[in-house]
Amino acid sequence: MIRLLFTFVFLSLAMPAFAFENDAPLSDPELEARAVALAKELRCLVCQNQSIMESDADLAKDLRLVVREQVAAGASDDDVREYVVARYGDFVLLRPPFKPKTWVLWLGPLVIAGIGVWGLVRSLRRRAAPAAPAGLSDDERARVQRLLDDDPR
Amino acid sequence: MPRLIYIAPAAIFVVMAALLGWGLTSDPSEVPSALTGKPLPAFDLPALDGAAQSLAASDVAPAGVTVINVFASWCVPCRAEHAILTEVARWEGVTLYGIAYKNTPEDARAWLDELGDPYERIGADLDGRIGIELGVYGVPETFFVSADGNIRYKHIGPIMEHHVEERIRPLVEALTQ
Repeated sequence: MIRLLFTFVFLSLAMPAFAFENDAPLSDPELEARAVALAKELRCLVCQNQSIMESDADLAKDLRLVVREQVAAGASDDDVREYVVARYGDFVLLRPPFKPKTWVLWLGPLVIAGIGVWGLVRSLRRRAAPAAPAGLSDDERARVQRLLDDDPR
Repeated sequence: MPRLIYIAPAAIFVVMAALLGWGLTSDPSEVPSALTGKPLPAFDLPALDGAAQSLAASDVAPAGVTVINVFASWCVPCRAEHAILTEVARWEGVTLYGIAYKNTPEDARAWLDELGDPYERIGADLDGRIGIELGVYGVPETFFVSADGNIRYKHIGPIMEHHVEERIRPLVEALTQ
């Protein structure tokens, strides 16, 4: 029992291995910060929900190297993004760009929320002003009178 | 008109089911190439070894279809497609080139000695940099390049028998006419 407990305690103390010790950061901290920020924006196509900064896949390592090299060579952030997008498509950007092809993606939720608000306002208005019960028409009044007059009691 | 409101939930359900069904059955690991329809990026790879010829983008055959297969001896699906690729290489108008991706020449050659070498030229991409130039994100990937040097199609993953009939043969026939 105590052994089992120790096992659990030590397992819970285990730290994740630091994945990127082989990556050489750029010596200029400013450039390195830019390279890391860019790498965090780029999707690793092997393990698709990680950025190339987070991923330990070989391709992600290679791409980090490419990003660092280009940043060190004086490329702007947009240059680096364009380079990767030209080869791997918009899908590599974890933040998709706003363009005609992605309008549905960006605006769809707003449109759906708009429809919801419209429906809500409509139904609330209808509830707030209940239709006044219509009065009896002359015909109906006459009929009621007849029925009352005919009352055999 | 008010009756429409009663079929709205059913209609929304049908639309959602169709969209979700489409989403569930398409394979997210297959990212269509951003390079389709664009010229093959320039590259120049050294020959895999003394027995192979080097491979550059300018080696695209002036007629027919150039098929560039990115492979590696450590890639199990590559083994699965090898026989089919060998068959495709025999078609009229098809020129098959190989790129050995992150593979030592010794390993790649041993693999080819075992399975046969259908490639007319084999470039060695030791560090995978040309792979990145070509937008490769896993092996095997196979590019189909027309005589004008444009990439017409990239096949991701192993080429299986049904891909040949559904996609590869019609494409090659269209490009070799």
